[in-house]
Amino acid sequence: MKTFYGTELPNPLMLGTAQYPSPAILEQAFRTSGAGVATVSLRREGAGGAGQAFWSMIRDLGVLILPNTAGCHTVKEAVTTAHMAREVFDTPWIKLELIGHTDSLQPDVFQLVEAARILTDEGFQVFPYTTEDLIVAERLLAAGCQVLMPWGAPIGSGRGLNNEYALRAMRAEFPDVPLVVDAGIGLPSHAAHAMELGYDAVLLNTAVARAGDPVAMARAMALAVQAGQLAHQADPIEPRDMAEPSTPVIGKAFLS
Amino acid sequence: MTVWSVIGAGVAGLAVASELVARGARVQVFDPGGPPGPHGCSWWAGGMLAPWCEYENAEEPVLRLGRQAIDWWAARTPVTRQGTLVVANSRDLPDLRRFSRRTEGFAQVDQAEIAGLEPDLHGFSQGLFFADEAHLDPRKALQDLYRELVSKGVEFHRKLAPSRLDNAIDCRGLHARDILHDLRGVKGEMLVIRCPDVTLTRPVRLLHPRMPLYVVPRGEGIYMLGATMIESEDSSRITARSMLELLSAAYALNPAFGEAEVLEIGVDLRPAFPDNLPRIRRLGRTIYANGLYRHGYLLAPALARGVADLALENTHSEMVDEDRA
Repeated sequence: MKTFYGTELPNPLMLGTAQYPSPAILEQAFRTSGAGVATVSLRREGAGGAGQAFWSMIRDLGVLILPNTAGCHTVKEAVTTAHMAREVFDTPWIKLELIGHTDSLQPDVFQLVEAARILTDEGFQVFPYTTEDLIVAERLLAAGCQVLMPWGAPIGSGRGLNNEYALRAMRAEFPDVPLVVDAGIGLPSHAAHAMELGYDAVLLNTAVARAGDPVAMARAMALAVQAGQLAHQADPIEPRDMAEPSTPVIGKAFLS
Repeated sequence: MTVWSVIGAGVAGLAVASELVARGARVQVFDPGGPPGPHGCSWWAGGMLAPWCEYENAEEPVLRLGRQAIDWWAARTPVTRQGTLVVANSRDLPDLRRFSRRTEGFAQVDQAEIAGLEPDLHGFSQGLFFADEAHLDPRKALQDLYRELVSKGVEFHRKLAPSRLDNAIDCRGLHARDILHDLRGVKGEMLVIRCPDVTLTRPVRLLHPRMPLYVVPRGEGIYMLGATMIESEDSSRITARSMLELLSAAYALNPAFGEAEVLEIGVDLRPAFPDNLPRIRRLGRTIYANGLYRHGYLLAPALARGVADLALENTHSEMVDEDRA
């Protein structure tokens, strides 16, 4: 099993912690789903460590914490936020998010590579939120990233895997790199789809937090991720154009 | 006769005092900040009595208990019963559909109906109208409660409550976290603007993927814009981003808001328990009433009734989660 900077995930479901109706529901969503990783945003809640009560609640979930740089638009902001995250959560992990476009929240991959290099040099273990572009992926690996997090679709859009072909290509191109589909998941079938492609984990937030029943949806996502992972390990059949009966028809008459 | 000492003269404390007095109890109030004012977070509230809208993202008690609020307040302060209008920009119509699935008590309205309700709203093709909702001016409401209590002989002490008080009811909001350790602060930011060019007669909510933004008319061209919801306990300043988001929401409702004067900027922390629902706890000789979160005016009447039930009749409403008297 692949590790994330030496850490084995107890569960390939990563959940964000924003937008839940209440912290109590957030906690139940984690407990019910068994999600292995919690991502936390520092940019908004940040100022002067003021998110303390909320952050200590996240720590009490007892899951791995992946702080993120959500909402950062420049290398400088992202690096500063990463420093703060390391102090607050005492972890070298950082999900590096550099927003290039305010409407689509599409990553700015040029700044992403630069920030990844700076943070890796400073000893961070970077989880870059990127597009499905293979060359960008190569650059991120060259910058020192040992995990890649391509998007499925724009953040919060719930559209699933927009470019399955490219995500397959990425899996084939980097068989040994832990890959996470991050963003765009709306339904459990999307999460299962990512795992069926051989992805190592799925990260999502809005699909659970903004569901009518976030706890039930978290559980559905956990089941889907597990199903997709099992299916991938079970070596699924290849699709084909013609029917292939599962019981032989020729010779049936002999047995009747 | 027992004298009940209410600690804190925000919306929780004043509502509790008012309910106790209405049931014939004797009450005194302690607050080092004096009469209602900017030192309490309820001063900065929107004053919407909108249980159906809030139910979209809150648990069932908010709807059921919140429905009692309108009549309770109307007996004490002017309440405007004009409903609430919820609209979304065309790109955010999925959010409007989601909103309508998650609650009840509304009618779907089209462009012409929106124009009929609020002629100054332009460019919204669909909306939801919650006819039974209402709003009040929170500052006037606090002052009206205060005056009513004074006129009924309630003594207000402008100082901290003595430490050993019998029959105390602690309504200090976030200050009570020295005892209530599961209380947290949720930052809210709001603006008060004046824009006589725009006439809105009821609260209007603009759906937004990240936060619920609303404009509440306060009369004479004055509007309250609210409110951010941030898991932070820094109440020092508004951020530029929050200000941009609040103002652009107003601008999206009517570009004439671009000419508004900014009268006030409010920042404070809402006291909240982990499930964002209020609680009543009796610990020793003190009853704690707290955690109104973003539902100060909506749930204070139910909280006050729950406290009076416990204090005067020793009956436990659903908000009582601990009783170690």
